[in-house]
Parts: sequence; C-alpha cells; structure tokens
Amino acid sequence: MQNNNDTQWMLWEVFTQEKPGAPFEHAGSLRAPDKELALLNARDVYSRRNEAINIWVVPADAITASTPDDEGPFFDPSNDKAYRHPNFYKTPAGIKQI
Amino acid sequence: MQDTLSKEQAFEDKIARGQVIEPKDWMPERYRKQLIRMMSQHAHSEVVGMLPEGNWITRAPSLERKLVLLAKVQDEAGHGLYIYSATETLGADRKELIDQLLAGKAKYSSIFNYPTTNWADIGAIGWLVDGAAIVNQTALAKCSYGPYSRAMLRICKEENFHNKQGYQIMARMMRGTKQQQEMAQDAMNRWWWPALMMFGPSDKNSPNSEDLMRWKVKLYSNDDLRQRFIDRTVPQAEAIGLTIPDKELKWNDKTRHYEHGEINWEEFNAVISGNGPCNKQRMNQRIKAHEDGKWVRQAAEAYAAKHYN
Repeated sequence: MQNNNDTQWMLWEVFTQEKPGAPFEHAGSLRAPDKELALLNARDVYSRRNEAINIWVVPADAITASTPDDEGPFFDPSNDKAYRHPNFYKTPAGIKQI
Repeated sequence: MQDTLSKEQAFEDKIARGQVIEPKDWMPERYRKQLIRMMSQHAHSEVVGMLPEGNWITRAPSLERKLVLLAKVQDEAGHGLYIYSATETLGADRKELIDQLLAGKAKYSSIFNYPTTNWADIGAIGWLVDGAAIVNQTALAKCSYGPYSRAMLRICKEENFHNKQGYQIMARMMRGTKQQQEMAQDAMNRWWWPALMMFGPSDKNSPNSEDLMRWKVKLYSNDDLRQRFIDRTVPQAEAIGLTIPDKELKWNDKTRHYEHGEINWEEFNAVISGNGPCNKQRMNQRIKAHEDGKWVRQAAEAYAAKHYN
C-alpha cells in the first residue's frame, strides 16, 4: 500500500471551560491542519454533550512544560517561605474576623 | 545499570502507592511497550468497530434510529481519536500505528470480524458488545497511566448511551411480532459467545497478564471481568424474555455468581489470527476509507499552508 505523501496533520492540545467563571482545563488532543479546523474539530470531539462553553486550541509544540525531575529543586523555594500562608500569623485572642 | 535498577524500583514503588504515571515520567521500556500495544489495539478497535454498525446507518428502520446510530458511530470515531492521542504521549507515531493496522500487522478486537446480518444485530452490538466494553473500560479508567485513564473516563460516559440504546432496540423487538422476537433471539445467539471472548483468553492462557497486573495497567483478570459482564447481563436478558444460548449457565447461590459453559477457544484463536467471517472485508473497507480520505487530508493541508503560513 502506498502511504507516501500521506499526512496526519499537526497535533493540537485542547483546553475547555465548562461554565462561565470556571478555569480552562486540558480536555485532550486532536489533529488538524490549521487553527480554524482545530477549533471545529475540538468542538465536535470535546463538546458533543455540552462539556464546554469556551475552547482554546494550542499547537502541541508551542507548549513548554516542566519535567518530572524538576519536582524537587524547581518547586523547592516555595517550601521554606511559610510566611506566604495566612496561618503563619498569630492573631490576638478574641479577634475573629481577620 | 545501577541507575536503571533504582529508577525501576522507584517506579514500582510509585505504582504500589497508587500514584499515576504521566507521559514525561521515567518508565521501564516494557511498561511503555505493553501500553503502546494495548492502547493501539484499543484505538484500532474503536475505528474498525464503526464498520459493522456503519453498514446499517442507511437501512435503520426509522429516522430516530438512524439519528441515534449515526451519533453512536460518531462517538466511536472520537474514542479512536482519544486513544490514538493517548498512545502518542508514549512516543508512538500515529501514522506508524495506522500504517500497521492497514498493513494487517496490528490486532483489533475480534468481535468486529463478525457480520451484522440484520437490524437486531445493531441492538445486540450496543447492548452486548458495548456492555462488555464498558466493563473492560471502567476497569481501565483506574489504570496507572494518566492519559489512558483519562481517555477511559471520557469514553465510559459515552458508552452508557450506546449500551442503553442497544438494549432498548432488543427490548422493543421482544415486545413486537413473533418474527421480531425470533430475530432478537437469533442475534443474541450469535453475539453472546463472541461478546464473552472480548475479555481475551482465560487467565490460564493469558501471557501478558502478570506484569500488567503488577503495574496496574490491568486491575482485574480477564476471567474476573468476563464474570462481571455475565452477572450483570443475564438478568437484563431475562427481563426482556431473551434466553442466553448456554445450556450450562446457572446461578450459584454460594458464590453469588453465574457459572457458564466452556468458551470455544478454537474459534477465538481462528478469528484473532485472521480467519473470522469478516476479517478481510473489514480490512478492505478500512483501507478504502483511508485511501478515499487521502485527498481531503492533503487538500486541507494545502489550504492551511496557503492561508496560515
């Protein structure tokens, strides 16, 4: 069988927002030749049953991600900064609304 | 070497703790290979699975049935896409996977090599074949590989519609004329055993199971899942007056499970090795669909190159 010159189109990542005010979440991936068809395909595949009111499509190779090896050192600096959390601060007895 | 060993140990510990593995995490080559094998077979099954049902879209008995069947077959295409995408996160190339399928080098579920001879078969497929798929996929939704598990969650939601529309077709035929009842029973007789075979070889002869179970790619054995399917399906058949075509089938009050007769493994092996009733026809249809779609893929790409680059 001849499969030369065949194309599977480029890979896109799809993010959907379920309802107004909700964060966008990664829904999955798909193949499409351009952004217009990527959006249409995303609607057809990832919002067939009202799962989304907004969709982002992003070329997969445009995404830069942290690596699992970063888990320690990359995120480490936040661990020794306890003062970023409200429960670091003591409030005088009797004060409730702060 | 030491490094690989400690990585492998860390990986095993992670799985034992119930953590989910993501695409960029280190994983043993065998884990990656087994997943690519399983997931690509699963994706191929979704795509080939459109053929036996697509056969009946133009001949559905009413407009409503036609709409439902069309929606179901569209869902299956989406399922194929989800799983191909999930397989790609393991470094597999989609074009290569599809080429393997079209060259006859890849497996897909043996069930799709049986013919759909009349409308009752569409009921039997939705009810029994999708019913068996749900039991399988509900288990896979809890598997250790993140992208596969997420694809399964999405698919399971949609399969329930497939399962119920199939059962409704069967139920309605069983309330119809004597001839319709006979058609439904005939479809039941032909699809029951192949549906049981969908869970794969018996545990005694399942070569890949041990690693897959430890790695939580599989959470239950083939026989356990088959049993779960039988237990939930027999009462459904009885409720609409269908008879399970297994004389040895009986309820065991002690184990709280149904006991069933021996599966014809010779038939199973013949079908997976290419000698089922429709293997050649399915592959030819699949190749034709792929070839017929080629100009569309190329035209869309040419359009994109002209307008977006």
